[in-house]
Formats: sequence, structure tokens, C-alpha cells
Amino acid sequence: MAINTIDRTAKQIVLTLQEYSLFASRAFLNLFRPPIYWTDFLMQSDIIGVGSVPIVILSGFFTGGVLALQSAATLSEFGATAVTGQFVSLTMIRELGAVLTGIMVAGRNASSMASELGSMVVTEQIDAMRALGVDPMRKLVTPRIFASIAMLLLLTIVSDAFGIVGGAAVTVFLNHQNATQYFHMAYERLHYPDIIQGLVKPLFFGYILGSIGCFYGMRTTGGTEGVGRATISAVVNSSVLIIAVDFLITHVLLSIFPT
Amino acid sequence: MSNAAALAPSNPTPPPDAGPVVALRDVSISFDGPPVLQDVTFSVAPGETRILLGPAGVGKSVLLKLVIGLLRPQNGSIVLFGEEISRMPEEKLFPLRSRAGIVFQESALFDSLSVRDNVGYQWIQEGAPDEEIDQRVREALSFVGLAETFSLYPPSLSGGMRRRVAIARALIHNPELILYDSPTGGLDPVTSTTIIELIVKQRDVKATPSVLVTHRLQDAFTLCNHRFDPEQDRMVPLPAGQTNANTTFLMLEEGRLIFDGSLDDLLHTDDKFVREFLE
Repeated sequence: MAINTIDRTAKQIVLTLQEYSLFASRAFLNLFRPPIYWTDFLMQSDIIGVGSVPIVILSGFFTGGVLALQSAATLSEFGATAVTGQFVSLTMIRELGAVLTGIMVAGRNASSMASELGSMVVTEQIDAMRALGVDPMRKLVTPRIFASIAMLLLLTIVSDAFGIVGGAAVTVFLNHQNATQYFHMAYERLHYPDIIQGLVKPLFFGYILGSIGCFYGMRTTGGTEGVGRATISAVVNSSVLIIAVDFLITHVLLSIFPT
Repeated sequence: MSNAAALAPSNPTPPPDAGPVVALRDVSISFDGPPVLQDVTFSVAPGETRILLGPAGVGKSVLLKLVIGLLRPQNGSIVLFGEEISRMPEEKLFPLRSRAGIVFQESALFDSLSVRDNVGYQWIQEGAPDEEIDQRVREALSFVGLAETFSLYPPSLSGGMRRRVAIARALIHNPELILYDSPTGGLDPVTSTTIIELIVKQRDVKATPSVLVTHRLQDAFTLCNHRFDPEQDRMVPLPAGQTNANTTFLMLEEGRLIFDGSLDDLLHTDDKFVREFLE
């Protein structure tokens, strides 16, 4: 009995992975084949990008502030509080800016995509679109995925910038250190490989959150309860996958750009 | 119904030698369980209206979705507009589907779009000029008697109005086949009659072949016993004893097609299930 359950679950997982791979690759390839719905891409960019700016600014700012607080406390034991700026900027740009923005935007937009598309599925709007001769993959999925990629890249830059500003605020107003020294250290020790690391990651994270949000939305079954389940699955799986993929990308990038 | 001729074609009579618009042969489908449809075979000729009867849950809506390739059968063949579609790639199905119109059970209007954008959806996607879209949408809405809803949004419409907007959306492209999935389900008798009148109007004015799914016998018999009178711009009863020869019946029971014939055949069949259903 238990073997049967394990067998069924394992097959289900493999089947879901296969479906997701086909779904995500088809959505990606659609960008290079007409028709391309640029208006929908711009609309989604507005919803995903502009709509996420406040939460990205706040999370970036306070994360930078926390980094400055924690690092200053530790660095002061070694008399090295002067490198707080370097610590905050490198951590934000190489790692936390991209990951935190990815998770924040996944929470906001992967859930939104899954619930919106899921509602369209259960009310037969997706079938209606197909019946009207319009491909929902091209019309709904591809613009959302590429808007997620493009906007996450820009939002990560915003998050990095506000993280450094947050660190500066804590350094200057709470730790009573010199702002010029903070920004000098933040800039001085920053190299192109660090920036490349920070800007490559959001490309993957945007693809993950967009494709998973759309994937769970488009395979919704079971009415409004199913929409709820799809939303939860989209947020949980995209967040976990972002962190897992972050580990892999970091490992690869560190082998390419050793510190 | 102020604009009866708005969508009227020049010649509503189908060519006599034309093949079936739709032909299903031994079609079966199941979803992780017992078969929903088993070995279903029927066809729709040009100008023909087929009324698909059966109790709830026997696979009527599934059958409609199979007809335009929204679902794929496990077995059997489906020919739509002369092309086998049961194994056709999705990309090739889109142009075929756009030649048909479908009215879904719950209307399936796009909630975030206005009535104008819903009805003119296909034209908008094809990049038609705004003036042309507006004109066609107004004509289609006039055809269903809802010209005043042009700028409204679906959530502000009643159930009957949504159903009529869905019919306008299905008709705006002058489809070569129309599929109605329980178009009067859940509506009051007056609104139901309005919907049936629109279907009769489309059948008699344009001779568009159609498949209508319903479990309401009253609607089915009204379709058979009435015709659309363009002069009076309304549906009128046929003389006693006469029925529309191009309107025929199909009946499903537990996924199997158990009846295929005219109203007269239906009323005189010996099939126990059909008799119970009629009674």
C-alpha cells in the first residue's frame, strides 16, 4: 500500500516536472515566433515592475540597514567598522538584492498570475480564448514571463541601490560613522564580476517566478478551491526554486569569477 | 431585435453537395476514470441544427469541446470543415476554430474587458481598425438586442444579458458552425425564450449549421416548432404538425449516443431511456 502511494507520488512529481519543462520551453520559444503581443508585455511590465517598486524599495532599504547593524557590531570587535560599506554593497549586489527581490516579487506576482489565470481556466475564459483562435500561451503566458525577467532585472538594481542607501542611513545616523567613508568603501571594493553576478541571477529568477506562476495557473482544476491551491503552489514552489537555483548559479559563477 | 438583417448573408441556402461540416466517428474520451464518451458517431450537415439532449453529467459539454479541438479524444476521428483534427497540432487548430463560434455554458466572457472588447475580441486580435470594430460590434449587439451595453463590463450584466453578449461574440465573425452549450441553463422562461429566438433567427436567416446542447425539452421543441419571420422580426410557430426539417436530435446516456434522428423519430422511439427522459 505504502509502496503504491510512493510510486504514485513519484510518478506525479516526474509528470509535473515534464509538463513544466514543456510549458516553460514553449513559452520561451514563443518570444522568437510571431505573433508577439507587445501591448500585453508592456501592460504586464507595468503591473509587475511599477507595481512592485514600493515593496522592493522598502525590503531593500531595511535589509541594507540590518546588514549594516549586524556587520558593524561584529566588525567593531576587530576595529574594522570602516569596511561596513564594502560588506553591505557586496552582500546586496552579489546576493541579497537579487534573492530578496525575487522572493518578494514571487510572493506578489507569481500568486497574482496563478490566481488570475486559474480563475480564467475555471470560468472557461481560456477555452473561450482558444475557441476565438487566440493562443493563450502567446497572449497570456509569454508576455508575463518576459515582463517578469525584464522587470526583475530593473527591480534588483533598485533593491541594490536602496539596500546601500539603507546601510548608509544606519551607518551614519545610528553608528555615527562617516558617510563618505561608507560610500567610498562600498564603491572601491566593487568589481565587474560582482555586478555581473548580481545581474545574471534576476534573469533566472524572473523566468522562474513567471513560468511557475503561469504554469500553476494554467493547470488549475477544481473550481475556486483549485485557484487557491494553484496560488499557494505557485508562491511556495517559485520561492523554493529561486533559493535552490541561487545556490547553483552562485556555485557556477564563483567558479567562473573566483573571488 | 431591432436590427434583424444586420448579420444577414446574401444567400442562406447551403450548397446541396457539400460534405458534413463536422463528422465524429467512434470518438471516446476519459479523464482518469471511466470513459466520459464512448464510440460516439454523428455528423452535422450544412444548414443542419443538431440538438444534443441528455441529463446533466453525461458528457454533452465535453462533446462540444471535442468538436472544435478544445479537448482531444483518446480514440476515434473528428473531421471539422473537412480536416481531421483529433491529432492536429494546437497551432494549426487556431485558424480552424476561428471559423466556428461557441457559446459557453457560463458565457465565459472576459471579465476585465468591456462588452465592446469581448464581442470584438477576434477583430481586435487581428488588428482591425477601431471604426470597423465598433461598427461590427454594434451590429452584433443590435442582433441580440443589447446595443446599449456597448461600453459596459460583464460583471454589471445579468445572466441572460451575458449569455446574449456571448452569442453576439460567437456570431460577429459570421461563423460556419455554431456550438451552443446549454445557452438557456439557469435562466428564467422569458429570457430563455429570447435566447431560443436568437438561435432560431440565426438558423433561419443565415442557415448556419449548429449543435445545441440542452437538457430542457421545451427549448428543443420550440426550436423544432418555430421559424423566424423577418417581416415581423420575431419567432412564430410553424403550422400545426409541421417541424423544421433541418433540426434533428441526438441523445446521450452515460457517454453513449443512444439516439440520432428527427423529432418524429424521437417521439415514437421505443428506447426506454429516451421515453423516460421525454416523460
